Amino acid sequence: MNFDRRLLELLRRYPLPFALCVAFGTIGGGFLIAQAYLLSRIVDTLFLNRSDMDGLIRLLVIYATASLLRALFNWACQAQAHKGTLKIKQFLHHQLFDKISALGPIYSLSTQSGTLNAKIIRGVEALDPYFSQFIPQVFLSVLLPVTILAVVFPTDMITGFILLATAPLIPLFMIIIGKTAQKATQKQWQTLSRMSGYFLDVLQGLFTLKLFGRSRDRVQKISEISEAFRHATMKVLKVAFLSSLTLELVAAIGTAIIAIEIGLRLLDGSLAFATALFLLLLTPDFYLALRQLGTKFHAGMEGVSAASDIFSLIERKSPPETAASLAKTIPAAPLQPIRFENVGFSYSEDRAYALDSVSCDLEPGTFNAVTGSSGSGKTTFINLILRFIEPQKGTIMYGTTELSMLNPGEWRKLISWIPQHPYIFNTTLRENLLLANPAASEQTLVEAVEISRLSPLVSSLPRGLDTPVGEHGSMISGGEAQRLSFARAFIRNAPILILDEPTSHTDPVLEKELVETMETLARGKTTILIAHRLSTIENADRILVFDKGRITQSGTHETLLQSEGYYRNTLGSFREGSPV
Amino acid sequence: MKEVLRLLGIVRAYQWWMLLAAVLGFAAIGSGIGLLVSAAYILSKAALHPPLFELHLGIVGVRIFGIARGVLRYLERLVSHNTTFRILSRLRIWFYQSIEPLSPARLLQYRSGDLLQRISGDIDSLENLYSRVIAPPLTALLVSALTWVLLGTFSPLFSLLLFVFHAIAAAGLPLLSAYFSRGTAAGIIAIRREIQSMSIDCIQGLSDLTLFGRVKEHTEKLNRLKAEELRLQRKQAIVQRAHEPVAGLLMNGAVIAFILLLAPARGEIEGVFTAVIIIAVIASFEAFLPLPDAVQHIEADAAAGRRLFELVDTPPAVAAPRHPEPFPANRSVSFENVSFTYPDADTPALKGLSLGIKKGEKVAIVGPSGSGKSTVVNLLLRFWPPDSGLITIGGTDIAKFDPEAIRQHIGVVGQRTYLFSETIRDNLLLSRPDADDNELKKALELAGLETFRDKLDRWVGQHGMSLSGGERQRMAIARMLLQNAPIIVLDEATANLDTLTGQQVMRGLVRYCNEKTLLVITHKLREMEQYDRIIVLNKGKIAEEGPHEELLRQKGFYASMWSLQHNDAAAKLLDG
Repeated sequence: MNFDRRLLELLRRYPLPFALCVAFGTIGGGFLIAQAYLLSRIVDTLFLNRSDMDGLIRLLVIYATASLLRALFNWACQAQAHKGTLKIKQFLHHQLFDKISALGPIYSLSTQSGTLNAKIIRGVEALDPYFSQFIPQVFLSVLLPVTILAVVFPTDMITGFILLATAPLIPLFMIIIGKTAQKATQKQWQTLSRMSGYFLDVLQGLFTLKLFGRSRDRVQKISEISEAFRHATMKVLKVAFLSSLTLELVAAIGTAIIAIEIGLRLLDGSLAFATALFLLLLTPDFYLALRQLGTKFHAGMEGVSAASDIFSLIERKSPPETAASLAKTIPAAPLQPIRFENVGFSYSEDRAYALDSVSCDLEPGTFNAVTGSSGSGKTTFINLILRFIEPQKGTIMYGTTELSMLNPGEWRKLISWIPQHPYIFNTTLRENLLLANPAASEQTLVEAVEISRLSPLVSSLPRGLDTPVGEHGSMISGGEAQRLSFARAFIRNAPILILDEPTSHTDPVLEKELVETMETLARGKTTILIAHRLSTIENADRILVFDKGRITQSGTHETLLQSEGYYRNTLGSFREGSPV
Repeated sequence: MKEVLRLLGIVRAYQWWMLLAAVLGFAAIGSGIGLLVSAAYILSKAALHPPLFELHLGIVGVRIFGIARGVLRYLERLVSHNTTFRILSRLRIWFYQSIEPLSPARLLQYRSGDLLQRISGDIDSLENLYSRVIAPPLTALLVSALTWVLLGTFSPLFSLLLFVFHAIAAAGLPLLSAYFSRGTAAGIIAIRREIQSMSIDCIQGLSDLTLFGRVKEHTEKLNRLKAEELRLQRKQAIVQRAHEPVAGLLMNGAVIAFILLLAPARGEIEGVFTAVIIIAVIASFEAFLPLPDAVQHIEADAAAGRRLFELVDTPPAVAAPRHPEPFPANRSVSFENVSFTYPDADTPALKGLSLGIKKGEKVAIVGPSGSGKSTVVNLLLRFWPPDSGLITIGGTDIAKFDPEAIRQHIGVVGQRTYLFSETIRDNLLLSRPDADDNELKKALELAGLETFRDKLDRWVGQHGMSLSGGERQRMAIARMLLQNAPIIVLDEATANLDTLTGQQVMRGLVRYCNEKTLLVITHKLREMEQYDRIIVLNKGKIAEEGPHEELLRQKGFYASMWSLQHNDAAAKLLDG
């Protein structure tokens, strides 16, 4: 049996419904005993002609009442368990999303969003059977057999001893064999999820298979892998199911022994028929309560595996937040310079510094281009300004205040950001724009659409700005998403503008348009641009050249061309394409 | 329901396995009934104080049934699990075979991956098709039949009475449950979908949300949706959790009805059998407990089936000819007056395009986005058929070839490279399954991946995540080199490499193609003089055509595109 400490803590958070469930379940068990007792009296009356019809009817009415009450209490027991489970699920859901927002975008971008999403959404639901079925059963599997024993012992010592002697065998076998059973469940679960992972991979790569004219061959491979998985799993299951075979046998043999034992004593007249039947009726329920623990355990197993995923996320350490009491207010306008002083950052301890001792000044109202090969630290530089991450070495100053002392939310209000791959939310175009500034007027929206050249898109959509743009902006092309991001920046109208220039998927005409829009947006702002193209770099007030986490060169286009280095080499490659 | 029947049709091959598992399940429950009935028989007989040997039959009964129940249950679990795995594997293969002809033309809207994930989740959820949907009613029917026969030996009236209670448990209860929880299941599914997409928005769009200071608002909305889902779940659970207690009530109702029927008939039925009959009635209900759940699973499976069939029933864009012609030795390519409009698009992608590429010629196709460059490749690879006009290879209409053969003879490197979650070797072998290790190593070297030479068994991670963008692109190139196809298509093949390396790689590839026919799609106009001819596309038509220098001299569309990319201040400065 697997009692994850963390799962039990969740249980302790909402104890009442589960306590009620166990109480109701036990009372239901009491009615079960009453029913068995009444039924044995009724059959006794019928069989041995003990009383008249009236007496029989009276017994039947009581029997019917007991049945009804038992049904009601069982129902209430299950409903309570479910109520508690819902509270736990809601709590976990809150915790997970709080954690994701606390961990910030760097974490969610570094994991596979599909897996993360499945973990959260399916994982929370997978915990349902663990709490609504397994946990109540743990208690009921003790309380019900004890209640039954408490009735059986005063009635008939011998039967009581047989039940007591065989009962521990069941939990004992469960513990002995439980480990292999658990392994088997895990194996089966793994097989299913690995097989489904493999299949998903094939589906997603179907286009590539087509490209090589190999898509029909794959059927053979899918079938081979399925078969291999099936054989491996069945081998484990053959052993694992022996555990339940043992349990079944213990229960069946227990029942058989009791039937024969009371039968023989009936024969010599030392036991009354009604008592014997009463005992026989209780026996299967006695074992059932124990056996169900096994069944419900299997139902809860998947939840336990899912739980470890969920907890590993919840227990992840989130970056420290700036204490509200310490936070300083952002100095009022005018805009201050942003100064990097020997700033270093590494994404994980075992990796080299993504940014290693970077110092620079970004003066208000200037246009700064950041360039360098991929992996040189450009994005980390931007992430630090956006405060998606905080420096591990050195400090970033805003004017005379340390940036880390400012409230991150307030700080970000000063920034417009145009990422390389803007994210389009599954809502209307209007909502997607207003995200940048909910208070924007209709007039501003119209202007934003105009300036970012989104007008052709808006007029082509059936409901204009109010058209839902589909899952992950599937109705919008890459270029249009880029324009939408420009429009967001216009609406936001923040004094600092950060841009990550798109590297591909743009043709020269689109590129020219984007550059023009960018120049409009950058007017009067402190602009920081990750640039890949000469045409956008050359007019910058300052160019920062990154290499291996350091700024190796900085200056204007003209000054940089004078000295040997990455900048001139890259330019050289442009020259090769030119006619002589 | 229709969908479930169709699903059953697909897995019909395993009908005997399913039947065997159901019979074993029935036999296990039957043995349980036998065990209790024998025990009741022992007690009733013993109460009359007969000689010991008269109990013998009952004693043998409890022994046999007691052991049989456990063993049969074990066998049933083995067979039903085995069958479940077979069914899943069959469903996967069926689904793959059905959608394979649909790729890529009909699967465009499934590109996002999440939809594919949902579809493959649908197949996973059919895991329960046998154990939760097919088996319970079948077993219940067999168990019922057994008890009817058993009780029928006393009186046909008994069979009839038990039948009524069984019918209520089998049909009435699930129907009632469906009535009370109507709409809730659909509501839950709808809300779940909303949560799913909002949650993806929250995870993937977190950086935008963080910047805009809208994270809290977004997660609060998610929590509200979850609360609403849980409210519906609660509504559903109150009905669902009543199943077992109500089924128990029905069982007790049956017991009372039988007692009322037996009471006046005292003497007609041998008293010994009173307990036997009552216990048989009680035991027979074991088979009915899983039925209301089965109904819910039918609904879920039908919904999953509907989504699968919707996709599977789409007619493919192209079909392989019945008697394909062999791929010709002459590999010249020609488009004659080809027009094509993508489904759901307003404007045509190609408008009467005619072009010819001779064997061994090196041609670049350039033009702005949406000019039809990639469409030329899509039609040449026969992913879509042209609306009108003719595409030929070696003078034969490509519709007459097996599409797989066309693709095996055209080596393509595209912008996006999909790597399977397998080893480097497996990913390379895709393009030529019979290549040996030396050939693989040579291809890696040529593609600039010398470092992978000795790592053929390295796993590339999910979607090749353990490789960098540049390495993935080079893997695609290595795959193409290994394929050694006579026609090569490079569609923005160096988009993920930096400018310098990209140009080096392109030069290498053009050299590699020395005898081969080469088609390059690009919008970066660099080193264009290395191509024999440049075809400039604009709005689905050829705007200009000719060698690089000739096009520059014409000072037309190409020259203006070229100058947009090159006539910046820097180039001027360096040139000056």
